[in-house]
Amino acid sequence: MSTESTVVTGNQRIAKWSVNISIVFLCLWVLVPIYLLIANTFSSPAEVNAFPKRIYPSFDTESVRFFMNFYGVGSALWNSFKVACLTMIMSIAVGAPAGYALSRFEFRGKNTFRVLVLMTRAFPLPLLALPLAVMFIKVGLDDTVLGLAIVHTVLALPFAVLITFSLFSGVPVELEEAAWTLGCNRLQAFIKVIFPLVLPGIAASAIFAFVISWNEVFAAAVLTIEHRTLPAFLLQSLDDAPLHLKFAGGAVLVVPALIFIFMVRKYLFSMWGIANR
Amino acid sequence: MAQITIKQVAKQFGKTHALHSIDLTVADKEFLVLLGASGCGKTTLLRIVAGLETATTGEVWIGDRRVDKLAPKDRGIAMVFQNYAVFPHLTVYENIAFGLRMSKVAESEIDKRVKRTAGLMHIDQLLQRYSGQLSGGQRQRVAVSRALATEPDVILMDEPLSNLDALLRMEMRTELKSILAESDTTTIYVTHDQVEAMSMADRIAIMHEGNIVQATSPVEVYRNPATRFVGSFIGNPPMNFLQAKNLGDGWFDVCGARMQGPRHDASELELAVRPEDINSTDSHGEGDWQGIVKVVEPLGSHLQVTCVVSDQQCRVVMDSDVIVKPGDTVNLAPVAERVRWYDANGDRVQ
Repeated sequence: MSTESTVVTGNQRIAKWSVNISIVFLCLWVLVPIYLLIANTFSSPAEVNAFPKRIYPSFDTESVRFFMNFYGVGSALWNSFKVACLTMIMSIAVGAPAGYALSRFEFRGKNTFRVLVLMTRAFPLPLLALPLAVMFIKVGLDDTVLGLAIVHTVLALPFAVLITFSLFSGVPVELEEAAWTLGCNRLQAFIKVIFPLVLPGIAASAIFAFVISWNEVFAAAVLTIEHRTLPAFLLQSLDDAPLHLKFAGGAVLVVPALIFIFMVRKYLFSMWGIANR
Repeated sequence: MAQITIKQVAKQFGKTHALHSIDLTVADKEFLVLLGASGCGKTTLLRIVAGLETATTGEVWIGDRRVDKLAPKDRGIAMVFQNYAVFPHLTVYENIAFGLRMSKVAESEIDKRVKRTAGLMHIDQLLQRYSGQLSGGQRQRVAVSRALATEPDVILMDEPLSNLDALLRMEMRTELKSILAESDTTTIYVTHDQVEAMSMADRIAIMHEGNIVQATSPVEVYRNPATRFVGSFIGNPPMNFLQAKNLGDGWFDVCGARMQGPRHDASELELAVRPEDINSTDSHGEGDWQGIVKVVEPLGSHLQVTCVVSDQQCRVVMDSDVIVKPGDTVNLAPVAERVRWYDANGDRVQ
């Protein structure tokens, strides 16, 4: 410890404590529901409905086993995964070039475009659902993984565009220009200089798209029948199911997203400006 | 051969004219400094030569090739940027090797050239570091090494030293000058720092509001400013400008003294003289001014004395041994052959 930090004034102490308390509060805010979810998932059906609760679950896997063996869960999980991956790929493939263009070029209607990108989020999906379903049936995209992924891409795109816009804006244009003067054309400069620098952020925004798709339930419920994603499937099947099965379903929905975000947390940090050089 | 020829290059951003029809030739291996205040168009001109900006009209030639339609990579140039632009995801070694790898130089040759240029800039100990682990001065050295490594015909430098602290800047100035003098490159160097320009340039091109007002050797720029602007921009303390009433036949009344000047029709001209070209003498001669001392600033090697001469301000450089205090009356004798004359438009009259 340095000498400065041993001399702490009253104000600093208060500031330090309020930071600590906030941290504890935020952690509890996130962790308690997850804990309850997991704990109830690994409790026997009787314990779930009992009162008072035990602090430790009994690690009874009956609910989970029952749920996993429930007809359709496996394929719904697989569908969700496929749709989310496709959404991730498409939203970056379309969103990143748009973000790059927004950050590097001046063109007419640039600001309008930026606002419009956000406006797509303001448009209520239920209003769009019926015409969309009709159109999908006409084209033959109804009840397909691709069709749903396209809709999810539209939902994830505004975030992909705006996140990559700020990523590219964060890379000084001089780096690109230096690459040009050193023998690169635009594409080479992008691949050799810009892309490595924004890769962490791109990964983070891809994960974001993945999670948006993974959690989306409305479009999934309207546009699929046979090939339901997990949230749509759960909405349909668990409505009348007993409580312990609802917990098991919730856990199956939450845990993959958690693991995924945990795996890319480093990139999420770098996206929020905590540099990892 | 890499002579740079800029022919009637003009640049418009929307309705603002950044450059008005610039003509400039930079000789092979010459070190030309573009000097001017911020917003005068010097960086724009450099970027047009680099190919990072396109001219609205005009041509740019490097050697016997017209380059203004070519991409930057095809112009045979290298550029050093104000904020260094060292690639943060590559080591110093890979930064310097970047241009060589792009032009598919053999690996052994890359290694040789990286080590040579790094040695030249004294960064051979830092080759495995990343830009985040370097100081500003070291980054600047990497940027220069990277530009030198490709052995370009032309090196373009955009205020490369302006982000360094004063001491480092002076050191780098000397080093850069000697390294560039030994290489066979033609250099265009943009700066707003007149000391940098004077000390490094073979030739200085002074820019003002999108025009080149004078392009000549540093001493010539200092001694014979082509316009009043150049005279006021170059030199610290700045040149003195005093009103001169035309008495006819090439005689003028300047602050009560009769002085010989150019024959001219205008009723009034402006006399310009540098502070060190005014002597303070004991005896009053014809053409001398009477000044009242306002401020004395001792600067060690000399005194900078601000006087009032007939309600006009006039700075004089005096020897540190001279004893002078505010309120004193001093006799000021301008050195006749160092006096310059400017008309109401600011153009020089001879």
